[in-house]
Amino acid sequence: MAVEILMPALSPTMEEGTLAKWMVKEGDTVSSGDILAEIETDKATMEFEAVDEGVMGKILIAEGTEGVKVNTAIAIMVEEGEDVPDAAPAAKAEAPEAVPEKAPAVAAPAAPVADTTPDWGDDVEVKQTTVREALRDAMAEEMRRDEDVFLMGEEVGEYQGAYKISQGLLDEFGAKRVIDTPITEHGFAGIATGAAFGGLKPIVEFMTFNFAMQAIDHIINSAAKTLYMSGGQMGAPMVFRGPNGAAARVGAQHSQDYAAWYMQIPGLKVVMPYSASDAKGLMKTAIRDPNPVIFLENEIMYGKSFDVPVMDDFTIPFGKAKIERAGDDVTIVSFGIGMTYALQAAEKLAEDGINAEVINLRTLRPMDTETILASVRKTNRCVTVEEGWPQGSVGGYISSVIMQEAFDYLDAPVITCTGKDVPMPYAANLEKHALLTADEVVDACKKVTYR
Amino acid sequence: MSAKKVAAKSNVSAEELLGHYREMLMIRRFEEKAGQLYGMGLIGGFCHLYIGQEAVVVGLEAVAKEGDKRVTSYRDHGHMLACGMDPNGIMAELTGREGGFSKGKGGSMHMFSKEKHFYGGHGIVAAQVPLGAGLAFSDKYKGNDNVTFAYFGDGAANQGQVYETYNMAELWDLPVVFVIENNQYAMGTSVKRSTKSPSLWERGKAYGIEGEEVDGMNVLAVKEAGERAVAHCRAGKGPYILEVKTYRYRGHSMSDPAKYRTREEVQKMRDERDPIEQVRDMLLTGKHASEDELKAIDKEIKGVVNAAAEFSKESPEPALEELWTDIYAEETV
Repeated sequence: MAVEILMPALSPTMEEGTLAKWMVKEGDTVSSGDILAEIETDKATMEFEAVDEGVMGKILIAEGTEGVKVNTAIAIMVEEGEDVPDAAPAAKAEAPEAVPEKAPAVAAPAAPVADTTPDWGDDVEVKQTTVREALRDAMAEEMRRDEDVFLMGEEVGEYQGAYKISQGLLDEFGAKRVIDTPITEHGFAGIATGAAFGGLKPIVEFMTFNFAMQAIDHIINSAAKTLYMSGGQMGAPMVFRGPNGAAARVGAQHSQDYAAWYMQIPGLKVVMPYSASDAKGLMKTAIRDPNPVIFLENEIMYGKSFDVPVMDDFTIPFGKAKIERAGDDVTIVSFGIGMTYALQAAEKLAEDGINAEVINLRTLRPMDTETILASVRKTNRCVTVEEGWPQGSVGGYISSVIMQEAFDYLDAPVITCTGKDVPMPYAANLEKHALLTADEVVDACKKVTYR
Repeated sequence: MSAKKVAAKSNVSAEELLGHYREMLMIRRFEEKAGQLYGMGLIGGFCHLYIGQEAVVVGLEAVAKEGDKRVTSYRDHGHMLACGMDPNGIMAELTGREGGFSKGKGGSMHMFSKEKHFYGGHGIVAAQVPLGAGLAFSDKYKGNDNVTFAYFGDGAANQGQVYETYNMAELWDLPVVFVIENNQYAMGTSVKRSTKSPSLWERGKAYGIEGEEVDGMNVLAVKEAGERAVAHCRAGKGPYILEVKTYRYRGHSMSDPAKYRTREEVQKMRDERDPIEQVRDMLLTGKHASEDELKAIDKEIKGVVNAAAEFSKESPEPALEELWTDIYAEETV
């Protein structure tokens, strides 16, 4: 049977090319792998190989022809002893019609409605607990609950944790489930992700998230994208956790806030707790979640104490912000250690008769924008607070959401209070200025309330 | 070791030889068809063909048992066929259709099958090495005797994460076979132009990992080495490295002008070392099969491949709703 040889696409972007030279002539016997022709693409001159065996029946496009469209018939191959058909049938493109360029018919799933139920009931006993203890307790409870949960990282076992978050876990769960790794972030993040593909639920501790930059390829390309790339067949149920952001006097390479980076990635969930109850309830949810979760802690917050409910199984759902302080005059949105400045600023503002509503986001992805919008519709003003850098910040995203969803409610532009746009300096006085202060938040709130 | 020597030594049955022949030919015909569909614009983006390297996966799959896992790079079509994934689903993924293994959302480089324990299909060079060690970690954690095959190329062998993984895999005795498919070219850079190490597998010695070099054009030699590697892992002795010397006939991807090697070099390999021709010779000279029987196999495989191509053209493009699915797994709490 005669077979048409079509002008091949030899690169992802090729639409046409030059048929530079025929390497066979009519009547030649051709076997698979033989070079039929040389074709010039937009990138290079390429050899075009035969796929089938047969005899070159007729050459339809002469060598030297420029602008030959992909899928044009360029020759006809026949079987030994077969006649060449008289007229070549017109080449037909088999490629599907290009999808017309228009907005997809399907809209992104709608955001959930604001949920304002408290984290625990009034009748529940509370206990003062540090963030450090809360994190440890959450991991221990989940490791007791599920044999497939294990902790891996540098110094998590025998050293009891570089910041003592894993204190006592090796004694209780043994070296099989509390695993000291060599200093090799890229490697162990990849191994943990593979273990998650294999059905386990790893908790990966980074000594700090600054070191996770060595592992970010596995976090994003391997852990976050696999569920989608596999059409839902397999994903990475795991937690990447550790201190994030500035500590104190540790300089530029140990002081970066990665909230905005990870928040951008579909496939990841991103948590940044403020209080000990946040830390506990969200860590338990993170470990149970079947997706990769980035859990951004803060070294300065580890030793701070907060009320934590005494309950058998206290969890906080993702995507549920908490209104830490109610008010009518201005909305302050923050998360993690930024909440410290937000709450201090609210205290100072109250002295001047300005009642700020302070929202603790807790999870950045999914983000509870409904709670933010409901508050802004009430106060008509918003200030965001974070330690990270200004360009491409979390606050920048929040302000764009407010502008698109509640523009008519705004009585002033949203102000984003951020860390300064500089690498973190070491000198004590400079470091203080590089970070955010409560006074800056107060000033921003006064500006948007025109006081 | 030459093919004939191995054949003589290991008393290979006709049935086994025919099995290898069939599986290698399936990969070759499938890849030729994929190249053809790419040329017709039905397959987009990058498409890396496995032609020439067939003996590597076919030899190693011959020593795998149910429960064993495999993970590889973006040159993954051969691995998927060899572990038993449906050619229709693979081809339809290449054409980006609903009937593909990833519903058209992964493409040539990103395909998976939970059922066949195939964990990808990874587009970042060497990422599959720690992922493979992690899969082996999960089996060791669960206490079974499964083994993971982590395939990577000579190019990936220069990535730092390979050595981070070697270190931990040996430290923790993980049951993983590191298979270096040394096809001699990392895209356009020959091994000689990328390292002064005379051998790649021997780098594992620095971490205490045993290994060996294997003739990757000879399926029986690959299988024999694979048996040693798997026995080592199943016995709890930790990882093992196979540096399988192989050769890809086609370009790195479809858009490779192949100016870094001569046409004669490729042709010499094809004429003298072709893995399929070697088995074909053994079958014919050993009178295990007749020309007609082999022709019948060839015809049967062409039928399967043509059916896969048809399926991949007829399967519809994914529904637009698929854009928004499979980003997050449902919470199971």
